[in-house]
Amino acid sequence: MMTIALNLTIAMVTLAALLNVYRLIKGPDEPDRVLAIDTLYINAIALIILLGITLGTRMYLESALLIAVMGFVSTVAMAKYLKRGSVIE
Amino acid sequence: MFDRLSFPQPWLSLILFTTWQILSDGVSGGSVVLGLILAWLIPQMTHGFWPERPVFVKTWRMPTYILRVLKDIVVASFSVAWLILSPRRPRPAFISYPLKLEHPLAISILASTISLTPGTVSADISDDNKTLLIHALDTTSVQEVIDAIHNRYEKPLMEMFQ
Amino acid sequence: MSPFAEYAISALLLFGGGFTLIGAIGLARLPDFYTRLHGPTKATTVGVGAIMLSSVIYFSAMGEDIDISEILITVFLLMTAPVSANMLAKAAMHIGVKTVESTEGNPWEQ
Repeated sequence: MMTIALNLTIAMVTLAALLNVYRLIKGPDEPDRVLAIDTLYINAIALIILLGITLGTRMYLESALLIAVMGFVSTVAMAKYLKRGSVIE
Repeated sequence: MFDRLSFPQPWLSLILFTTWQILSDGVSGGSVVLGLILAWLIPQMTHGFWPERPVFVKTWRMPTYILRVLKDIVVASFSVAWLILSPRRPRPAFISYPLKLEHPLAISILASTISLTPGTVSADISDDNKTLLIHALDTTSVQEVIDAIHNRYEKPLMEMFQ
Repeated sequence: MSPFAEYAISALLLFGGGFTLIGAIGLARLPDFYTRLHGPTKATTVGVGAIMLSSVIYFSAMGEDIDISEILITVFLLMTAPVSANMLAKAAMHIGVKTVESTEGNPWEQ
């Protein structure tokens, strides 16, 4: 039963990632695209955790943590760039 | 001289130390030493960025507040999910929220709470720290939203930060 | 693994996947930027949190040492989601992103 639930969840998260890509391509404004990337990296973290459960290993958690940290920093940097025109003033 | 050896932000040091123990696989002698070094070094290096020492008066009230917010986050996602899936158009609104809190840390905790709870995202704060701009996803009455935030989140925070 | 743990993991996985999907649907179909901001900050954060929790339960039930790195990631996401939403809202107000006509009130001038 858990395998079915796992596969269904992977399908749902992948569909969610595809919807994010749709918003990323469509825009229409820059903040929309940044928001789409922000959501996309969170979905990538979910997919990595699901992959870890599928393979029965915890090794991928480190990469999920790295993506969480780098994703947040890049979202803030992009938002700052949109607002100020430069990241480090 | 002794400033160099002290922990200027005890809570930050504690959180850093605990985080390092979780990150390194299992508590061992090496991870404790490195954790202590990090807990000392990072607050010293970031000392200049802290405007002032945070003044928690009633720290023991924090767990109750965190539990309430966690519960509200789950409830919030159900209501947002319902709004997203229902066919009718939402009625969004920009709301100017008059702040009664004064401490900067308290205001940022309130703003983060607002962003995570039912149908509201905090968007901006005025230059004099008196008004918070909130975007609500679906609302019929602006006053209702203001009262709900004030009673549910701002009052407990006002009791914590006097 | 006990059947109870299996039910709990399955339920949490489906709950998390559903909310992640709902957040993405909100991002795709809500009318303007400010309303789209709501989906990812709430639904997606809760969804990923539920998936993390199911991972913690799974590896605990498998008899490995209790390791709570997932909780660390969840707490980190819960702390950062409002900050990035706030920064993006400020950027959008600065650029002057259009709001839907039914919006009550106006964003501030930046």
